[in-house]
Amino acid sequence: MNLVLVFEQTLNGLQFGVMLFLMAAGLTLVFGIMNLVNLAHGSLYMVGAYLATWFYQLTGSFAVGVVLGLAGALAVGIVVEVVALRTLYERDHLDQVLATFGLILFFNELVAMLWGRTAIFSSLPEYLQGHVGLFGNVRYPLYRLLIIGVGLAVAALLWYMVARTRLGMLIRAGASNRTMVAALGVNIRLLYTIVFGFGAALAGLAGLLSGPIYSVQPGMGELILIQVFVVIVIGGIGSIRGALAGALIVGVVDTFGRAYLRPLLATIWSPVVADTAGPAIASMLIYVLMAIVLAFRPAGLFPVVR
Amino acid sequence: VKFSLRTWVLIVLVALLAAVPPLAAAFQQPFYLDLFRRIMIFAIAAVSLNLILGYGGMVSFGHAAYLGVGAYAVGVLAHHGITSGWLQWPLAIGASALVALAIGAVSVRTSGIYFIMITLAFTQMLYFLGVSIEEYGGDDGIRLAARSQFSGLIDLGDPASFYYLVLAILALAIFVTGRLVGSRFGRALQAARSNEPRTRAIGIAPYPYRLTAFVISGAMCGIAGALLVNHTVYLTPEFMNWTRSGELMFMVILGGIATASGPLLGAAALLLLEDLLQGWSLLPKAVTEHWQLYLGVILVLVVLFAKRGLAGLIPGKHE
Repeated sequence: MNLVLVFEQTLNGLQFGVMLFLMAAGLTLVFGIMNLVNLAHGSLYMVGAYLATWFYQLTGSFAVGVVLGLAGALAVGIVVEVVALRTLYERDHLDQVLATFGLILFFNELVAMLWGRTAIFSSLPEYLQGHVGLFGNVRYPLYRLLIIGVGLAVAALLWYMVARTRLGMLIRAGASNRTMVAALGVNIRLLYTIVFGFGAALAGLAGLLSGPIYSVQPGMGELILIQVFVVIVIGGIGSIRGALAGALIVGVVDTFGRAYLRPLLATIWSPVVADTAGPAIASMLIYVLMAIVLAFRPAGLFPVVR
Repeated sequence: VKFSLRTWVLIVLVALLAAVPPLAAAFQQPFYLDLFRRIMIFAIAAVSLNLILGYGGMVSFGHAAYLGVGAYAVGVLAHHGITSGWLQWPLAIGASALVALAIGAVSVRTSGIYFIMITLAFTQMLYFLGVSIEEYGGDDGIRLAARSQFSGLIDLGDPASFYYLVLAILALAIFVTGRLVGSRFGRALQAARSNEPRTRAIGIAPYPYRLTAFVISGAMCGIAGALLVNHTVYLTPEFMNWTRSGELMFMVILGGIATASGPLLGAAALLLLEDLLQGWSLLPKAVTEHWQLYLGVILVLVVLFAKRGLAGLIPGKHE
C-alpha cells in the first residue's frame, strides 16, 4: 500500500469524522440535558446547507452565505423548539420520535417546494479551491483541511464552554437535576432554548460545510443522521467526549472500509468476490462496529453516569 | 360465547374487509381491492410491531427490516427460478426470524433511547446491503420474476383470491397475537414492560421473554414482507427504508398502542389519509403535490394532542 494514499485517506476519515462530530455534539447535548430524542436534527443540517448555498448564490459572497446559513439554522432551531419540541420534554421517547419524524416529513417537503426535488448546485469560492502542500509531495485539498480545523476548533470551544464557563456550569447542573436548578432561580426554559439553538447552529454549520462536498438535496439530513446515531451510541449518549471519539472512529473506519476493503478482498480472495462483497461489507462496517462495541460496553465507550 | 365490545369491533372490521372484493367488483373499482390489500399487508406488519412495542414496551424503530428480509427471501428465490410458495414462505419466515434473533440479541440488552437508535441503525445496515447488491437490482430494485406458486391451490395472480388470503393471514395474526398476549408468556412480557424490578423480584428474567417476543414479531413481519413483494410484484430496498419503520410505528400509535384492533385501524387510517392527500380531486393541487408537508403536520398534531389512538375511542375496559 502507498503510504501517501493511506495518509490522505486518514485525513479524509478525519474530515468525515469531524463533520459527524458537529452533528453528534448538538444531538448528544440535547439528549443529555433535555432528555429529548430529536430526529429532526438532520433537518437543521439540511436547512443550514440550503440557506448557505442559496445566500451564496444570491450575494456572490461565500462568507455572507456561511453567516446567514448559521443564523438561519439557529433561528429555525429556536422556532422549532418553542413551537413543537418544548411540549415534548416531559413525554416519553416514543412520542418524541414520532413527532420529530413528522417534522422531518414537513421540512423535506418544504425544501422540495422552495428549491425543487433535485440537488442544487453548490460550489466553493476561488480562494478556497486548490490544494496545499503538507510535507514532501503530499498535497491535500484546502477546503477539507479547513473543515478539519473548524471541527477541532469547535470541539475545543465546546470543552471550554461546558467545563469552564458559567453557562456550561448551568448546563451541567440542568442535566443532573432540572428541578433543583429551577428552584435556585435559573430560567430553565430559556436555558433549554439556548442549548437547543446552539445544537441547531452546530448542525447548520455541519450542513453548510458539507454543501460543496456532498450534494444539497431534500432528505440529505437523514443519511448523515443515522450515521450520527451510530456515533453517539458508540461514544455513549449524552457524552461530548464520547461523541468526539465515536465520530473520529466512525469517520476513519467508514473511509478506510470504502477505500481498501475491495482491493484487500481482491488479493486474498478473487476480484469477482471483491466486486460484489466489497461495497456491501464496506457499507455495513460501521454498524458491525457498533454491535461489537455494544457487546462489550452496552452504554458506549464513555458512559454517562446519572 | 359472549364477546366483549372490542372483540365485536374486530369481527365487524374483518366482515367489512371481506365485503370489499364483491363491492369493488360491483362498482367496477378494482383500485380499492388493491388499496385495501395493501392496507391489510401493512396491518399484519403493524400487528407484529404492536406485540413488541405495545405489549413488550420495546420501541423498535427498525421494523421495516423484517418486511425487507421476507420480501428478499421470496424475490431472491424467484430470481433463481424457485417460485414454489411452499418453499419461499417458510424460508421468508425463517430468515426474518433469524435476522430478528441476531438484531435482538444485541439490542434487547439495551433499553430506551439506545434501543431506538440501535434498531434503526441495523435496519439501515440491511437497507444499504440491499442497495449494494447489484445482482438483485441494487438501488433500483428488480421485477419479481413470478408470484409465489401454491401448486394450483391458490392463485395469487387472481386479485380476489390473493385478497382473501391476505385477510385470512391478517385475522390469524391478530388471533395468534391475542392468544400470545393472554398467555403466561404474554403476561410476563407485559409485567416486564410495566415494572422491571418487580418482575425480576418475582423470579422472571425479562431478557428471554423479550428476545422471544422480538423473534416472533420479526417472523410475523417477514410474512407481511412475503405478501408485500407479491403485492407490488417488485423487489426494492425501499421496503427497508427507515421512513417505512416510522410509518409502521405511526400505524400502531395512531390506531392505539397495545390493543387488538389498533394496528388494523391505524394502518387503514394512515394509508387512507396518504391516499386522500395524494389523490383526492377536491383538494387543491398545491396540497396533492406536496402532500407530505401536510402529512407531517398532521402526524405532529396527532402525537401532541391525541393520546389514546383510534381504538381508545371504543368504550369499555382499557388495558
